[in-house]
Amino acid sequence: MEKNNNWKAWLYLAPALILMGIFTFFPLINTFIVSFLKDYNSATGANSGFTFENYGRVLGITPVDAELGIYDNNFLSFTGPSALTNTLLITFVTVPISVIIALAISILLNNIKVCRKFLQTVFFMPYVTNIIAVGMVFSVMFSSTGIINRIFGIDGTNWIGVGASWGKSMFVLCIYVIWNALPYKILIFSSGLQGIDKQYYEAAKIDSTPRFKVATKITIPLLSPQILYITITSFISAFKEYNAIIGLFNRNYTTSGNVPDLYTVVYYIYDMLNSGTSMVQFACAGAVVLFVIIMLFTLIQMQISKRKVVY
Amino acid sequence: MLARKTPLITTKLNLIVPGKAKDVRTTQQKDNTLHILSLILIYAILIFAAIIVIFPFVYMILASFMKESVLTTGAFLPETNNLWEDITYNYTSTLERFSYLKYIGNTLVVGITTTLLCIIVTILSAFAFARLKFRGRDFLFTIFLGTMMIPGEMMVITNYLTLTNLGLISPNQNAIEAYSSMVLPFIASVFYIYLLRQNFMQIPNELYLAAKVDGKSDWSYLWKVMVPLAAPTLITVCILSLIGSWNAYVWPRQVTLNTNFWVISVAVRGEALTRLDPTGIRIPMSSWQMCASVLTVVPLLILFIIFRKYIMSGTGRAGIKG
Repeated sequence: MEKNNNWKAWLYLAPALILMGIFTFFPLINTFIVSFLKDYNSATGANSGFTFENYGRVLGITPVDAELGIYDNNFLSFTGPSALTNTLLITFVTVPISVIIALAISILLNNIKVCRKFLQTVFFMPYVTNIIAVGMVFSVMFSSTGIINRIFGIDGTNWIGVGASWGKSMFVLCIYVIWNALPYKILIFSSGLQGIDKQYYEAAKIDSTPRFKVATKITIPLLSPQILYITITSFISAFKEYNAIIGLFNRNYTTSGNVPDLYTVVYYIYDMLNSGTSMVQFACAGAVVLFVIIMLFTLIQMQISKRKVVY
Repeated sequence: MLARKTPLITTKLNLIVPGKAKDVRTTQQKDNTLHILSLILIYAILIFAAIIVIFPFVYMILASFMKESVLTTGAFLPETNNLWEDITYNYTSTLERFSYLKYIGNTLVVGITTTLLCIIVTILSAFAFARLKFRGRDFLFTIFLGTMMIPGEMMVITNYLTLTNLGLISPNQNAIEAYSSMVLPFIASVFYIYLLRQNFMQIPNELYLAAKVDGKSDWSYLWKVMVPLAAPTLITVCILSLIGSWNAYVWPRQVTLNTNFWVISVAVRGEALTRLDPTGIRIPMSSWQMCASVLTVVPLLILFIIFRKYIMSGTGRAGIKG
């Protein structure tokens, strides 16, 4: 039996614990507290007690100016584009589509022998690229005089330039997000497929089961742990979409010149954080809302998948 | 070191029974044409998808060779006459406005410092979690893992305030202040600690006991036995951490108010690649933007091609755990 190494172990852990204490655990608690502080000033730390109003303001329930009846509808609005509705739209459009495409490509890749390694590498390439730099490439491709309009013969269509409609910019944004999300999913699915026992396929071959049935009855059920993992992680990352928007649209200018059009939850948080020392509590409230939503979604998916996932 | 057979990469073992397979084949003679047809279809779909996936890269490179007037017609290929002049004009004009070497330098300083410090901290913590016994070990490890579920924005806000109030973030920040604000929050990474701990735990107990019998201390056992054995994982962590630093955008942008310390991905969108019109209007130059993108993306692609195995296996393992 090895003896206990209490003090020695803590010494080994000290660097990680100190750094995480300062940059992970303290921020977590602090952000949570600040989200409840009234009239907080981030430079001096001054505030006037606890309140729920920050959340009210972020969610558009408490007015910014009670006398004039002005509300902040940038985070949540039911009448126009807002951070939360945009984020939900991006999530529910891009996650299912990219999971299905990635699954299809991985299954097809698993069915071939010649060139498989090469194609796998090609499909993984976008993973290592800089999302900002390639976003710029997409913005040139989709410019009104760009190559996409030329290919499809729709010259002059304004997809993402100044004055483009919300729908068109969202469409391009979703395409970019999907393009970006594919490589990681394909890699995970492909390595999951490698792990499936070949005997199942041999048995199916002897029974001359059609390819499609093999995919739906053998491959997908046996791949369900990976599918669950990928769905949860991609929901989380789609909820935090921000870099793709900067890459595609650049900062400080968005389609109609109206920034909130393309707000996402994280975009909103950073804009609040950069709006001066008296706005930070709203950034914190937004971050806590994001945290709660992500937790809820993860829990719901875990519950649903409890019965569906085969281990 | 690199050429050594790694435990990371599982070699596939195919058991082929030729006689049996042939029997099955002959009974299914009529399915053969169907089989070939479906294979052709599969390849057609896959190649089509692969073209879509790499199209932006190909277009980026071709567009960086184009005259601006050609690019804005939506052409796919650059004009072939004066091609070399167009290329040199585009790239020299871009490099005049986009201090590539400075930004690459900043990126490398931040990336390499982060990676080195991260590796040391990761090795020490992973060793403690995998090898040493102490009260509250499993509890602490669960807490560590729990932090991976929390969106980073929760931390970013307070970290930004902390560093601002310490005076590290300001328009006239110096090199040390700028670099340390980019490096410090990313040294301790729970994901890498988890990855390395799993690898350390696969190392048989007997080795540890043998080292103890030989009178080796825990410290020398860690560096002389465990670290060399986990070298493939450590290389993976290094490469992933470098790629992460290269592509990091939000935090570096947030903390570098002094543009001299911009990293490459901040600069690529931050630097105005515009041409001054004779009438005094600044015209954004798409071809120069594409040059800047090429300069940003190509080093990473080269790194990817060299270390493809490590990158793909390292990235893939998170999912295999299910």
